[in-house]
Amino acid sequence: MSYQIPKFRHPDLPVNELGYTKADYEGAISTLCAGCGHDSISGAIVKACHELSLEPHKIAKLSGIGCSSKSPAYFLRNSHGFNSVHGRMPSVVTGAAMANRDLLYLGISGDGDTASIGMGQFAHVVRRALNMVYIVMNNGCYGLTKGQDSATSDRGSASKKGDPNLFNSIDLCSMALQLGATFVARSFSGDKEQLVPLIKAAMTHRGFALIDVVSPCVTFNNNPGSTKSYKYVREHAEASGTIDFVPIMQEITTSYHAGTTQEVTMHDGSVIHLHKVSESPDPFDRRSAMVALEDHRADGSILTGLIYMDKNSRDLHDMLETSQRPLNELEEVDLCPGNRMLENINASLR
Amino acid sequence: MKRIESVNDFVIKFANVNGTGSASANSLFAKALFRMGLPVCPKNIFPSNIQGLPTWYEVRVSEKGYLGRRGGVDIALSVNPQSMAQDIQDVEPGGYFIFDNTKPLDLRLLRDDVNIIGLPLTRICNEQYQDPRQRQLFKNVIYVGALAALLDMDFKVLTGLVADQFKGKEKLVLPNIHALEIGHQYAKENFDCPLGIRVQASNKVGDKILLDGNTALGLGAIYGGATVVAWYPITPSTSVVDAFEKYAKRVRIDPGTGRRNYAIVQAEDELSAVGMVIGASWNGARSFTATSGPGLSLMSEFLGLAYFAEIPTVLFDVQRAGPSTGMPTRTQQSDVLSAAYASHGDTKHVLLFPSTPKECFDFGALAFDLAERLQTPIILMTDLDLGMNDNMSDPLVWDDEREYDRGKVLTAEDLDNMERFGRYQDVDGDAIPYRTYPGTHPHKGAFFTRGSSRDVFATYTEKGEEYEDNMLRLMAKWETIKEHVPGPEIIACGVDTDDAVLYFGTSEESSREAVDYLAEDGIHFDAMRVKAFPFNKEVEDFIGRHQRVFVIEQNRDAQLRTLLMAEFELGPDKLKSVLCFDGTPISARNIRKQILQVVSGGNVMPLHREHSASGAGE
Ligand SMILES: Cc1ncc(C[n+]2csc(CCOP(=O)(O)OP(=O)(O)O)c2C)c(N)n1
Ligand code: SF4
Ligand SMILES: [Mg+2]
Repeated sequence: MSYQIPKFRHPDLPVNELGYTKADYEGAISTLCAGCGHDSISGAIVKACHELSLEPHKIAKLSGIGCSSKSPAYFLRNSHGFNSVHGRMPSVVTGAAMANRDLLYLGISGDGDTASIGMGQFAHVVRRALNMVYIVMNNGCYGLTKGQDSATSDRGSASKKGDPNLFNSIDLCSMALQLGATFVARSFSGDKEQLVPLIKAAMTHRGFALIDVVSPCVTFNNNPGSTKSYKYVREHAEASGTIDFVPIMQEITTSYHAGTTQEVTMHDGSVIHLHKVSESPDPFDRRSAMVALEDHRADGSILTGLIYMDKNSRDLHDMLETSQRPLNELEEVDLCPGNRMLENINASLR
Repeated sequence: MKRIESVNDFVIKFANVNGTGSASANSLFAKALFRMGLPVCPKNIFPSNIQGLPTWYEVRVSEKGYLGRRGGVDIALSVNPQSMAQDIQDVEPGGYFIFDNTKPLDLRLLRDDVNIIGLPLTRICNEQYQDPRQRQLFKNVIYVGALAALLDMDFKVLTGLVADQFKGKEKLVLPNIHALEIGHQYAKENFDCPLGIRVQASNKVGDKILLDGNTALGLGAIYGGATVVAWYPITPSTSVVDAFEKYAKRVRIDPGTGRRNYAIVQAEDELSAVGMVIGASWNGARSFTATSGPGLSLMSEFLGLAYFAEIPTVLFDVQRAGPSTGMPTRTQQSDVLSAAYASHGDTKHVLLFPSTPKECFDFGALAFDLAERLQTPIILMTDLDLGMNDNMSDPLVWDDEREYDRGKVLTAEDLDNMERFGRYQDVDGDAIPYRTYPGTHPHKGAFFTRGSSRDVFATYTEKGEEYEDNMLRLMAKWETIKEHVPGPEIIACGVDTDDAVLYFGTSEESSREAVDYLAEDGIHFDAMRVKAFPFNKEVEDFIGRHQRVFVIEQNRDAQLRTLLMAEFELGPDKLKSVLCFDGTPISARNIRKQILQVVSGGNVMPLHREHSASGAGE
């Protein structure tokens, strides 16, 4: 049972440019297990949207089925939400995004929802370059059906049930890169510092943006022997670098050492600063990103941070050359050719 | 020997090899008769293959205007050695068998009750043309020329059609006319023209058009304001989207910007296609997908979501012969039950049954109004016969005053003026709730759409009563729906009778013809054509007024009959089945035969069987 959060507002709470407090971006109280990684990701989404001063009602949040897919109920109360069917969120977002290009589409999915039943739809939404942010709350198991191994569970990793997983894992970031995603990042639910700016950057990116967030399931897969536990991920995560997000028009005050920091202007005019820790990967070079992912996989570490971004991305609307006016705003005059044309058609059929 | 003699009333069947260009020559033949003012009914019987297998094209000409299949073949024109043995068998006694006699006919195939006419098509082509492709293509045109002489067709109509057909490619006009002349001349010189069967110009066509149902559906979607189309290729539905795209390129490009007022997405499968339609409709665009049986099966889970979450969803199902892959290029009406109850749980869907291209257009556009008004999936059930064959139809008409019915959608202003918005609240007493589009209002009207149980405010609940209330409201909505879907067409025979026939979709023409035959036999039937599910009151009353109702349909399991029995709680005695499921359109003779069997007291109704793969016979 979900409850609405009481609408009490502390007078000192910071407001954003729209006059909203962070609470205006929250949702119903979560019914997930205490300590579940998914709730931290919801928190990061709330923080990112608040700090970006997004209009909540101009965001549509969609999901499949799973604990992760329930999350959209727990943030952005004033956004329309759609909890669809298992593994099929990508198609529903695709239709929605075709209907109205002016909203921001946020897809929430789980590793079961994406990497098993929804693998086909995931692959094709990436390929189509839909303008959306796709967040996978990745816990290596099926939380809602009580902890079975998922397809992102590493080979040899053991969940609470104890049997090591026999099969190779699917790396969603590698897959997305291979399929042409123009923004690929990985993060950890326990690292808000890293996650929030990544969400912001993904939200300002035009085209398909994937953030694969390792998000431990405290109930079924947080035990020793699991490679998706808090402890394991903390010990094995290696950040590619850090990023700062500078909203549109805001003065840039910090100065960085040349060579290690790169400045990238996003489609809406905002800027991100990338501070690199090491040479590899170069996040603007797809091959380098793929190699870096493979290298980390080989040595058993988890590469996090921004992995790849294409600064000149295009999206499905660009490719289909659809009208700038959202299709759902078109009316009879725009859509219906009238009887005269039918008369001509009839004449050609006699 | 007996010779069938008739004017403007016969069935001719062409036997070709697919991939040899016969389709355009055969339709030239049918269209020429149509232009001579004769009602025609052409039907393609084609394989699921791109090149090399037998394909047939049957044209019925009926001055009386019967447009269904009659059954039987009066003239067979066979240029396919593979199917010749069967083709000659199919001819009615006294009929005509025309074949390519470059190679002599196998004597074992000869029938002494059929008039044999040999045209040396291959030889003529080899003499006339060097290029092998031309030899093949013009062979078809030459036999059309020969038929013009044999049947006494107006040659000028044919040449006029060729000129129309190749508008913009004038180079092709003369060679085609030349080929027609070769055939024409050969027949004139070698046979006593015309045959016993011949045509003469008439005026029975009026302002009718010749159009396939899928094109009409695509146009219906254009006129109905569809903007988002998602689909996955499958015969026989593919040409619906092809037609939509063809016309969208003409009328939906913004003249100022050159950008498109539509989006077509070829999905990765049918699950995705219907998911996209649901997403687009949820977001306030008119959207549709087109598919056939296998696709419908895949869409099941999503259709349940759309039913339960009350999202307008338009789906065109162009039925083909199932189960499974079945006979993918043959026709049936066999998705009725799987569409009506698609998805798990207590789910029911609205079905529309068009029976002509004009109705494909009308119902195609109407489907969007109904979907948005009723907030539920609307499944338009057509079939391969209607969808892929040129059917004679009333012309398409659009009322320029008409406005789309966008249903119950709240604006920001509406939301400001209301106390509290409840997505699943029955405010008006018709069980149809109000919805909002995403992005309407900064802090009112947002809700969480889900396929799980929720209360009237769209908040998740597992309370049994709230779930039950919602399910009962959906039942009440079902009653409302009955007032919105098209009512049946009833044709009273004018004689007091306890007997009736009931049919839908493409069984219409043959059923009406069969009723006429039966009247000549002295048995009178009232007739009703059902146009939609749920069945309205008129359907119930009509059945109630009769003792015995023959339900005519093109599937094995009497699916519509099952639906009628379930919805009206009728016993099995009252409704009798007339069925055809061999993959060819049901014929009038077949219907008459099956009904006579029951009426004359044969207590076991034999399953209908059409005797050949080519679908000839009765
Ligand atoms: C078609 C279908 N099959 C199975 C299920 C049962 N089911 C519900 S959630 C789930 C797995 C969810 O796993 P994941 O996406 O990783 O989410 P998590 O709960 O781990 O966050 C399954 C198999 C379903 N809802 N629908
Ligand atoms: S079962 Fe696991 S994934 Fe689901 S809510 Fe609990 S901790 Fe989170
Ligand atoms: Mg999971």
